[in-house]
Amino acid sequence: MSQTSLRPDERAGLRLRELYQQYGYLPYRMSKFEPYDLYVGNKSFLVSENILTFTDTDGRLMALKPDVTLSIVKNAHPPAGALEKVCYSENVYRTTAAGLGFREIMQTGLECIGSLDMAAMGEVLALAAESLSLLGRDYLLDLGHMGLVSALLETVSDEMLRKSLLAELGRKNQPAINQLCAQGGIGQELAVRLGRLAGLYGPAPEVLLELDDLVQESKARTALEELKALCGILKHLDLLNHLRLDFSIANDMRYYNGVIFRGYLPGLASGVLAGGRYDNLLRRMGKAGSAIGFAVYLDQLDRLEDSNEYDTDILLLYKAEDAPADVVAYAEKLRQSGRSVRMERSEPMGLRYRELVYFDEGGAAQWK
Amino acid sequence: MEMISVALPKGRLGEKVYAQFKAAGYPCPSIEEENRKLIFENPEAGIRYFWVKPSDVAIYVERGAADIGVAGKDILLEYNPDVYELADLGLGKCRMCVAAKRDFREQADRVLRVATKFPHIAGRYYASLSRDIDIIHLNGSIEIAPILGLSDVIVDIVETGKTLLENNLEPKATIVPISARLIANKVGYKFKHTKIGELCCRMEELSQKGQACHD
Repeated sequence: MSQTSLRPDERAGLRLRELYQQYGYLPYRMSKFEPYDLYVGNKSFLVSENILTFTDTDGRLMALKPDVTLSIVKNAHPPAGALEKVCYSENVYRTTAAGLGFREIMQTGLECIGSLDMAAMGEVLALAAESLSLLGRDYLLDLGHMGLVSALLETVSDEMLRKSLLAELGRKNQPAINQLCAQGGIGQELAVRLGRLAGLYGPAPEVLLELDDLVQESKARTALEELKALCGILKHLDLLNHLRLDFSIANDMRYYNGVIFRGYLPGLASGVLAGGRYDNLLRRMGKAGSAIGFAVYLDQLDRLEDSNEYDTDILLLYKAEDAPADVVAYAEKLRQSGRSVRMERSEPMGLRYRELVYFDEGGAAQWK
Repeated sequence: MEMISVALPKGRLGEKVYAQFKAAGYPCPSIEEENRKLIFENPEAGIRYFWVKPSDVAIYVERGAADIGVAGKDILLEYNPDVYELADLGLGKCRMCVAAKRDFREQADRVLRVATKFPHIAGRYYASLSRDIDIIHLNGSIEIAPILGLSDVIVDIVETGKTLLENNLEPKATIVPISARLIANKVGYKFKHTKIGELCCRMEELSQKGQACHD
C-alpha cells in the first residue's frame, strides 16, 4: 500500500509508531473496553469526565476507553531499577469541550514507567519534539513544571483558592490572580510573583533567566534546576528553537507532579500533543516509581493539508451494450500505469477526475 | 506581514473597543466608512477586524478563527471558553445581579424560580448558596418574567438600573462585577506572541489611563 492512499492521520500514526519503535518502545495493544471501575476512581485524570458505558454480557459495567494511560499504568510492571517503555496507537472515546456529544479520537503516544532519570526524561521530551516535527515544520513545544507551580502555591492553605489560582494561571489572567490574592489575604509579594509567572512565555534562555529571579522556595528551585537540565539536553540535540517555556499549562496536581508539556502546530486551534510526568497517578494506583509520557491527537490533522484534488485519475465511461469482459479488462490495463480508474456508465455528479476516457472511442479502438 | 485578526462585539461596546484599539495604534480606516463589508483590514498596522454577535466572540477566538477578541466577563463566565484572558479593558462596566420586584420577599421553603439568559452563572451562584432553584432560560426581555409571575427573581446584567426601576424592580444582590476582557486563542497567542504581547501591553496602558480619568 502506498503512503499516498493513507489519510493524513493514518500516515502520521504510522510514522510516529515507527519513530517510537526506533527508540526501543514496544508496541502495546489493548482491548477496546475496560471495566468502568478503572476510570470512575480517576475521573479527574481524564481529559473529559464523560465516559461511554455499556453493560457486558456478564452484567459488568464496561467503558469504551476514554484514555490509554490508565490502562497502561494498571498493567505496568517495570523491572526493578529499569524502565518499561511502551508506545500505542488507539482510538479513544470522549467528549470535547467545544463540541457536543462523544467523538472517536485517534491517539498515538508513549509511556515510560519505572525508575526515571534525566536521560529518560530528556529522551521523552526529544521524542515529543521529533513527533511534532513529523507533523509540521513550524511546531512549538511548550514546557512547564508542576513542581514549580505547586511550590509557589504551597503556602496557600485554602484548597479552593489554590484551585482557583491554578485555573486563572491557566488563563494567563493576571487581574484575576491579583484579585483572588487580595480576597484570600495572600501577601502582595506572592501575588506579584504569581502574576509574573502567568505572564511568562518565550524561548527557554530568556524565561529561565527570569525564573531565576522569580522563584525562591527550595522546592521550586529544585524544579527550576530540573527544567534547566532538560533544556540543556534539548539544546544539545539542537531542538531548542521550537521550545517555549510556559506555566499556564498546569494540570491536576493530584496526578501530575513534574514537567508538563504541550505541542502546537500553526493553523490548528488547539494542541496536538500533551504530556507530562505523573508519579502521583502511579502512587494513587498503588505503584512505586515514576512515569512520564505523552499522547499525540491525530483527529485534527486532516485540517492541515488540502484533501486530494482529484477523486480518481481516470473516469472510464462505457455503454450498456459494450462487452463487460472487455470493459473490465481495459480498465485493468489502464490501472497498470499506476493511475486510478473508476468505471461508470454515466458521469457521477461531483466526481473530480483528471481525465475522461470513453471506452467505445479511443479505448475500445485501441483495445480491439 | 503577519496579521492579527480581532473579533469585535457588534454594538455600542464594540465601537468603544475599536476606539481603544485605534488609540493603541491599530487603526483601520475602512471600518470607519459606511459600507457593507464584513471584514476590515489594515495591512500597515498588521490588523484585521470583524464584527460578530457579542456572545459569539468567544467561539471565534476559542476555535482560532480570530487570534484575539473582546468579550464581556458575563459571556466568559457563562460559556467558560478555553482561551487566555489577557486584560481587563475596563470598558462596558456593569454587574451581574439578582433582581426582583421591589416588594418581593423570598420564601426559603420554596423552590426559587429564576429567569435568566445566563443559566450557568445563575446555577453556580445558587449552588454556592445551596439554594434549590428552577432555572427558566430566556433569550431576552428578562425583566418581564417576574412582572408576569413567570419567575420569582431574575439574574441579569445591570448597568444603571434604570430599566429595573421603570418596571418596579430592583437589584437584590450582586453576583459578580462585569467588564470587557481582551481574550486570545491559546495557539494563536503562542505563534504570534510578540505582536499579541505588544498589543496587549498598549491596550492595558490605555485602559489604566482611562481608569485613572474615571476615578
